[in-house]
Parts: sequence; structure tokens; C-alpha cells
Amino acid sequence: MSTAASPQSSPKISKISEAVIRIAGNSQDGIQAIGGFLARLAGRSEQEVMTFMTIPSTISGGPSIFQVRIGSGEVLSAGDEADMLLAFYDHSYKAHLGSLKKGGIVIYDSDHMKAEDIPAENLTQYRHVGVAISSLTVEAIGGTGRDKGKNVFSLGLLAKMFDLNVTKLTRLLTERFTGKDPKVAETALNAFNAGYNYQLASAPELFQFNPGENVGLSQVVMSGNEALAYGLIAAGVRFGAGYPITPWTDIMELLRRELPKYGGSFQQCEDEIASISMAIGASWGGRVAVTGSSGPGISLKTEALGWAVMAEMPLIVVDVQRGGPSTGMPTSIEQSDLNIACFGGHGDSPRVVIGTSSVEDCFYTAIEAVNIARKYSTPVVILTDQGIATRIEAFKEPDLQKIVQDISPDLTPVTDHKPYDLSAPDGITRHLAPGTRIASGKYPVVTGLEHDELGHPTGSAKLHVQMVAKRRNKLKKLASELPVPTVYGPAEGQILLVSWGSSQGPVQEAVKLARAAGHAVSSVHIKYVNPLPPGLENIFAGFSHVFVVELNDEGFAGIGQMGALIRTYIPDAKIRGITKTDGLTWKVKDIVDRALQMAK
Amino acid sequence: MSEVAILNPTTSRGLNTNTTPVAPLLDADRKPLTKKEVSADHPTWCPGCGDFAVLALYFKLIERRKLHHEKITTVAGIGCSSRFPYFVQAHGAHYIHGRALPFASGVSLSRPDLQVCVFGGDGDAFSIGGNHFTHTARKNVRLTYVVMDNSVYGLTKNQTSPTSPIGFKSKTDIWGSKDRPINPIKQAISAGATFVARTTATNPNHVLAMMEAAMDHDGFSFIQCLSECVEFYPGAFDAATPRKGGVFNEISKEHDVTDEYAAYKLADTAWPGLFGVYYKTERPTKNANEQSIITDLQGKSAGLEPWQILKKNFDRMK
Repeated sequence: MSTAASPQSSPKISKISEAVIRIAGNSQDGIQAIGGFLARLAGRSEQEVMTFMTIPSTISGGPSIFQVRIGSGEVLSAGDEADMLLAFYDHSYKAHLGSLKKGGIVIYDSDHMKAEDIPAENLTQYRHVGVAISSLTVEAIGGTGRDKGKNVFSLGLLAKMFDLNVTKLTRLLTERFTGKDPKVAETALNAFNAGYNYQLASAPELFQFNPGENVGLSQVVMSGNEALAYGLIAAGVRFGAGYPITPWTDIMELLRRELPKYGGSFQQCEDEIASISMAIGASWGGRVAVTGSSGPGISLKTEALGWAVMAEMPLIVVDVQRGGPSTGMPTSIEQSDLNIACFGGHGDSPRVVIGTSSVEDCFYTAIEAVNIARKYSTPVVILTDQGIATRIEAFKEPDLQKIVQDISPDLTPVTDHKPYDLSAPDGITRHLAPGTRIASGKYPVVTGLEHDELGHPTGSAKLHVQMVAKRRNKLKKLASELPVPTVYGPAEGQILLVSWGSSQGPVQEAVKLARAAGHAVSSVHIKYVNPLPPGLENIFAGFSHVFVVELNDEGFAGIGQMGALIRTYIPDAKIRGITKTDGLTWKVKDIVDRALQMAK
Repeated sequence: MSEVAILNPTTSRGLNTNTTPVAPLLDADRKPLTKKEVSADHPTWCPGCGDFAVLALYFKLIERRKLHHEKITTVAGIGCSSRFPYFVQAHGAHYIHGRALPFASGVSLSRPDLQVCVFGGDGDAFSIGGNHFTHTARKNVRLTYVVMDNSVYGLTKNQTSPTSPIGFKSKTDIWGSKDRPINPIKQAISAGATFVARTTATNPNHVLAMMEAAMDHDGFSFIQCLSECVEFYPGAFDAATPRKGGVFNEISKEHDVTDEYAAYKLADTAWPGLFGVYYKTERPTKNANEQSIITDLQGKSAGLEPWQILKKNFDRMK
């Protein structure tokens, strides 16, 4: 039993290039805070970092985990298996030991678990370190905080274990806890130091990261939802409206807090329908506005979204996907809203749908979505998901001075104006913001009825045919202008994995893993979900098998939602699906195993 | 995973390639709009519909208030009366059923320079849009809402509406309606509307007076305007029309319009009830409240460009 304080010499120090650390406890233990500190430290240390978090859907309590993968090189997924598990309770230990690599280290709280209760076979498979985390924390910071502070104490333990930069961590802690009461920061530092100075003589091994690759790079660390919200602000969005629903809510909270600084506002509405309606009203007011939701909220918004398609109103709808249908699995990850995003609503209602593949991508996708909405006068749905929404990553600090846009409405008077001009050379509708004087005295109306070029209602079948085609063709024009996706890996081979949204990282890592094992596997990522980009057929031609990897059900036809969408463009039986609905992110090895199995 | 090709930012007009700008006009050089200039499509309403009067009086209001085309925004939901924006020569929006108020709130809150007028019917306002009526009233969003109440669903040809009286026979209540109708005035007062008035399309001067008072009110101003559907509920408001033998009783000048309970009580006056301003109070508007948050927060970052404000946040996330 390795926890026995045997008088051994100091543990050996191993150089590593990456580590996956899983912290398991209950939701009120401040596990996300430790994860957040580690992520920000990695960002400041010019290292790549990706996190993975599960939150219970209960109000308080319930098991919760946070997994951090820190690497000196490129990090594409949160990691299949953990190198280290930090378990606060017996139940955390039991539930998560299976996620630990064979031979990995588990640190457990010996106040909650007795060493003699550990099954012998566990001791042979994993290296155990028992630390009286709870009582040592109480000892360090005083008697009141039995549960509080042990997260920071544990951070100290990890800092020691991985030789983390204590100066930087201390600064992060000070920044985080410096508030009204200076004692709070002092207490946090006491807890941290107690953990750091704890004699880890019993630890079987200590680690040291190789220097990061992103030397000299200024990195920012944030969650996907934060990146998306800041991206919208950078894009010039100044008005939004929403209704609280997990996991969309923190985007609306952030915008509510931040937009007034820029002269804008975000409204919490009475319901989902009111919020999309308010956003559409503001968009009509002359500046693209945002609404968003998750799960059932998206269903509620579809009628109004159809109006925006019909009236050709620019609009951003953020869909932070979660497990469905109905209330479904509110805190689980799923990519099952593709169909509603692309096709939800009655009638022929073409709209743009773009997926987000990483935290950094959330920031830039938000800006691009706004510009597409403006350029093509169309609603754009940003499909992100629970996994990206909550995970924290470090990415290169954007050049904000260059990127931040001003999209204030221009109210300069014009001579005459027909928003739905059928003879417009680019075929695209242009709206004038109310408040714009039109010298001809003929003013346009926006409506959900089929309309003529000025927006006035018509029952003419001819105009309906023309307008339906107009709404379709402007987005076909967009499709033709989209970049051809690039193949990750060689352009020819046995298997092509197709990813969209958050499956990009795990799929690319699967390519690396499969190629290392000698298999001819490549991948292609589809960012623009609807309409699809050009060139896919040519790309597919280089491979015997095309597997679309997505987190949704295979459906009646045995293929996932993106797979089915691709099949409507390219009806080729070699396009098949690799899908799952367990509410968790992809394990890289699973993707490889299933792909190889299917290609047999 | 990396920076995408971002289209070059330009102002919105930069993207409006098919418009030619013209020189601005000084307000002083502009004449008030005539009825001809402010009317657009010929109304689709049935001959004799009460809504014609409301439209004519809206034109009169625009003329009298010397409003210019571009400053008027007319918003509506779905229903006979909601066709209103097509008949007005101004920027207008014909939105979805029941949701005109949140749409109009988005306009009002993002464009404080515009005069926002919303028109609709009783089904739009109190049935499918009931939730929005309550919340727009309580938030006191600055806009004027005229509900042309005919107590029947007309566009779908004669079904019971939320204001149809008990006993009203429609295609969905062939035995006569049994449900207690909504009292729009009580509904508005209890929801927190800051201006609540009642009028009838058969008394044009009164309608205009109410519209003017509503427009002058800083906040959510609500007018219930009885407007007869000659097709499906003829004679609905005869009791309030003197030339049809009814009585047009105005609210007494003694009534204290700031007294919420008195107003609520007045709203229970036996049919055909009273006409005039029931309730009017001053409460900070949603628009003003939002502006004060903006002023407060912008004061803290005075002199900074938007990118610099954002940079401050990003610096904290390093």
C-alpha cells in the first residue's frame, strides 16, 4: 500500500508532454474552480488546454466532474483516459476509477474512504495516494469550512504533483479571490500553500511538463459560451433577447451584463417566442440582433424563425444543443438539433446554419454568422452544444482592434427603395431601417405573407414562385461562395471521417491514432451545415468509405442527421454514420474502433 | 479551429448596394403629410367595418402631429385589424399572430427615436398574445397599443373571441358562449399598464382624443377601441352608439385617473360601460431604465472604443 509513510527517498520526477487530470466530487465542491485555475494557468504557460465538465441537472448537489487535458503540443480532445484521478468521495472514486489509465495515479480523500476498503485488484491496477484532504483543509484555514477550501487545497496538491508554476497560480488565486474582504484571498492562499507543502513523499511519481509550444503567444482562456457571446459583441451586435434555459443561459447572462457598456441591451423576456420576436423587431430596427436557446426553446421559436425567413430579416439564433427530445437530457451533450436548425418550421424556409467546433471557433463563428446574416439578409442559426458551451480552452488572443466591427444602422435618405427587388443583380434583399426617409414617398412593409417587391401582400402564384426561388437562390449563391473544406490527412485512402460541430477535435485525433497504427484514414470537417459547402463529392471520391461521425441517433434509415443531409446532396451508399447518444463527448479510440470495424 | 475569413466590416448601408442616397431635408422645410400621402394599399376590410374609422383617425393623428413618414412605425400581428400596416404609407411590419408587442418592444428599445404604434384585434391581444400583453404592460415599454375589439374572430369567419360576451353564438359556440369574457381594461390595469383608455370607432373625435393622449404618454399606452364587425357580430356595440339608440357615457371629470382601484371599479360599469381615460400614471419606462443602466456602465468606460472595452475583459481572462 503506497500510502504508508515509508521512509523512502523523494519520488522520481518524470518529464511529460501532456496530462489528463480528472477531478470528481459533488457540484458544490468547487471542482469547476480548480479546473478553471488549471486551464488558465495552462493558458498563461503557453500550453494547450481543453477541459470537459459534467454538471448535474439538479439544483444543488449531485456528482460532478471536471477533466483537464494540458499539453505542450496540440490538444484536440479532452482525452479518453485520465492519467490522474482526484476523488473527493467514495462514490467519486467508484464512479470514475474506470476512466483512469491502467497504472494511473488516484489521489483520494482518506477522510471519506478507508485504505483498507480498497479492493486488492484496484491496488494492483492503479497507484493509490490517500490524503486527508478534508481535515487538512480545516487545519489550514480554520474550523468553519469543512467543505469549502478543499478544492484550493487540492489545487496545491496538484501544483506539487505536476510542478506547476506557483507564482502564476498564486497570482491567479489572488485575482480571483480579491474582493471586499481581504481575508478571503488570504484564506485561499493558506489552503493552497497547505496543499502545496503537504509532504507528498508517498506519491509514487512527480511530473514536470515540457515547455509549451506556443511560446510568446498571448492566450485567453474562456468557455465556449463566453467566446460566442464575446464574438457577438465583437461583431457589433448590440441587442438581444432570451429566456433562461440550460445550457444557453450563460450567454444571455453575459450579454445582459456586458452589452450596456457598448450602449446596447439584452432583454430577458416572458417566453421564448417573445424573445425571438423582440430580437427580430430590433433587427428590423436596423442592426442584427440575437436570440438563442436550447432544447424545447428552439422548438418554440420556429414559427417566428419562419417569419424571419419569409421577411428575409437578418437574425442570429444561437442553439446550444443538449439531449432531446422534449426536456430530454438538459446537461448532456448531443448534436440532435441539426434537423430543426436546418428545416424546423412549416413551408419551404431556407436559412443558414453554422456549427462551432471549439471554443476559439465559437468566437469567430459568431462574427462570421453576423456578417452572413447581414450580407444575405437571412436568419443564421449557430449550432453549438453543451460540450463546447461549458468547456474551457486557451486560444490565441484575437486582434480586437482589427476585428471589432461597427454595424450601426445607416439612416441616410434614399430616392426610392424596393427591399425585395427581383431584378437586384445579386438577387439579395436589402432592408432599410425604419427612420430612413425615402424620397419617392413609397415605403416598404415587412411581412410573413407572400409579398411583392415592396413587401405588400400578394396572392399571385407567379410572385410566390419567384419569391420562393429568390429566397432559395440567395443562399445557393452563399453556398457557391463558401470555401471547399480541407481534408485532414492525405486526400486519398480507405476511410474518410466526416465531422461537424464539436466532433472535429476527437475526429482529427482519431485520424492521428489510426494513421499511427497504419490505417489509411483521413477526415474532413463541415463547418457550414446548411447550405453545405461545394466540393464534397470530389473529396469523397478519394475514399472507399465515408463515415459521418455525430452525436445523435442513427434514425430509421440507419444514418445520423448530418449523414442524411449529405446523402440528399450526394446519394452514395458508401456514406454511412457513426453515431451515439450516451450524452458524453467522443472517445477517440471508440471512433477508430468503430470505423475500422465498419470498413471490414 | 482557427481564424476564419471574416468579411470586411462596413456600415449596414455599405451592404445596401441597390439604394441611392439623397440629400437630407430639414424638418422645417417639410409640410405635414396629407391623407393621400400617408395612405397606402386600399383596405381589405368589409364595407361598414369599424376599422376604417380607426385608420382614418390614425391618418388624422399623423397629419395633426406633423409626423413624417420615416418616423412612424406601424406594427401588427394577425387578424382583420392587423392588416393595418399595409394601409399606412410608412415603415411597417405585419408580424405573426399574437406577437406584435414583443416585436414592437424590440423596435422601441433598440430605436428610441421612433414612434411605435401597434394595432391589433382582441384575439391577437388577449388570447394568443395574452402573455405578451401582460409583460409589455408591466415593463412599461414605450409604445402605443390600439386594440380594435370586435369581440369575434372575423378573419377566420366567426369563432368565439376572448371578449365575446356569454351567450354569444358563433361557429365554435353554436349554443352560445359559456366562458366569462376578458375585461381588457381590468386586464390592462392589473398588468401594470400606465395609460389605459377606452373608446369606440363610432365616435371619431373621441378616438382621436384618446390616440393623442396615448401618444403623449411616456410609457405603455393602451386603448381598447370597440370596432364593429358588420359581418359576424353586427350590432355588437349598438348599446354604445347614440344614433342606434345607445348611450355614449364618458368617464366623469371627477375621476382621479391616478387612482388604480377607482379605475378598476369603473371598468366594471354595466354594459356598454364608460369611455375615456381610466388610468394614467407616471412610472419609469423600460426604455428609461435600460438607458440608465447604459449611462451608468458607459460612464465607467468613458473615452474607450468598443474594442478597448472588450480588451479589458480579455485581459482578465489571460
